[in-house]
Amino acid sequence: MDNGQRGDFAIETRGLNLWYGDFQALIDVDLEVKRGIITSMIGPSGCGKTTLLRTCNRIIERLGYVRTTGSVYVLGHDIFGDDVELVQVRKQVGMVFQRPNPLPISVRDNVLFGFRLHEARTRRVSAAEENEVLESSLRQVLLWDTVKDRLDKPATGLSLEEQQKLCIARLLPVKPEVLLMDEPCSALDPAGTEAVEEMIWQLRGDYTILIVTHNMAQARRASDECVFMLLGRIIEHGRTEELFLAPENSKTADYIEGRYG
Amino acid sequence: MFAATALNRRSYRNQNVARAVFFLMTVALVIPVLIIVGTLVVRGGPALSWEFLFTAPRDNMTAGGILPALVGTIWLVVVALLASVPVGVAAALYLSEYAPDNLLTRTINLAIINLAGVPSIVHALFGVGAFVYFFRFGASILAASLTLAVMTLPVVIVATRESLQAVPQAFREACWNMGATRWQTIRKVVLPNSISGILTGVILEVSRTAGETAPIMFTGATAFVAFLPESVFDQTMAMSYHLYYIATQATDVPEQLTFGVALVLIAIVLAMNAVSIGFRVYLRGLKKW
Repeated sequence: MDNGQRGDFAIETRGLNLWYGDFQALIDVDLEVKRGIITSMIGPSGCGKTTLLRTCNRIIERLGYVRTTGSVYVLGHDIFGDDVELVQVRKQVGMVFQRPNPLPISVRDNVLFGFRLHEARTRRVSAAEENEVLESSLRQVLLWDTVKDRLDKPATGLSLEEQQKLCIARLLPVKPEVLLMDEPCSALDPAGTEAVEEMIWQLRGDYTILIVTHNMAQARRASDECVFMLLGRIIEHGRTEELFLAPENSKTADYIEGRYG
Repeated sequence: MFAATALNRRSYRNQNVARAVFFLMTVALVIPVLIIVGTLVVRGGPALSWEFLFTAPRDNMTAGGILPALVGTIWLVVVALLASVPVGVAAALYLSEYAPDNLLTRTINLAIINLAGVPSIVHALFGVGAFVYFFRFGASILAASLTLAVMTLPVVIVATRESLQAVPQAFREACWNMGATRWQTIRKVVLPNSISGILTGVILEVSRTAGETAPIMFTGATAFVAFLPESVFDQTMAMSYHLYYIATQATDVPEQLTFGVALVLIAIVLAMNAVSIGFRVYLRGLKKW
């Protein structure tokens, strides 16, 4: 219907409510995530950040007792629509988890997993093309130089930082528009966190990134816009520096000053 | 300052008593196994020879070997596996990977547990009714094997489901997030990482199938046939039933022969279990996570 107008945002939710059984985890959420920038979501544990993130590619539905009302538009299209194919949604909207979850196969097979699933089934793909895709994906996540001699070694043998980068790299060959990241650095040490943040910053522009974090310093350092959530509602959404320097809502101010969390 | 008090000493005494009791119980568990195997080896061992394994019984079962029973058991086990493994693995895949957690699924799970608890003689009578008469297979390898298959199905399903669920959920999420369907996820990630557990379950099932007597008694096993089975519609001798027969029904069977049959039967079962364990250890070594 009004796809053209909605196309301005990568993700847009309208009146989104979500229940886990009787518990309402998201209350009337209206979120607009702009294309090509990094938007971070902060808020205390259990406020619904991860739930909201997981709704954006409908992975949340795996839990049978989840019920939603309202709508979620990704790239202007209602992902709850009748003609929506989940596989297509998930190709467009890649997800990165808290703990790196490489598959127990080689680095090469991990990166090419989605590519082979989607591209290589519709046409013949040469080994040279696979190598190209492999190298460019790994270069985008700043991992090529460290793993180029270990491409056929098991991915589970990499360090956690490398594994997390790999998990992001393997989303890229299917050309997603949006990357959802659920506390991607929480399993990493400070050096790893810094490296992954730097890499995420590199992806900015090419992809729309929505990142959940517990780490306020990280939200502040590494995002353009910031969303503060509390008890299932969005309290405030604005440019990151403004939200941190001059929050409009007193609850936001209390949270970023550490009065609760 | 750090010397033991009376209370400490009493605690230690209790603790030592408890440990001694548990140790004795564990030993008590091993004793029957040792006695059984020891007796069989001592009293049945002399009966073993190539001739014993590779000739048919003679003189009203009082002499000769066990070849038809050995071959018959192999037939029964193989046909039972062909029936139960595809069905069991498919059911486990459905229950573990597809089924929503609802009343139907819970009912099916309950049914499987109950199926595992049904006494084997009841399975035998079911087999007679269903396979021998209703499907008109007659008393045959097919009817006996299908009865065994129904009986061991819960074992296959439970073992398979457990190995499927041992595959970390994170692997599945990783696949789904790259737009893989459930079936692609199963084929590329879940099965390759659970195949060792599934095979182990299957081998354990084999060993159980080989030893069962009641389910095959009325459905396809026979006390004596002079020839080896040629198709699944033949009746056959089987190791377990042969042992039952010469131990309780036939007269003047030398004791050594009976123990010899028991020894071969238990050796088959133990060998299969050993293969299963070895296999599991080997595959675990290959596992990358």
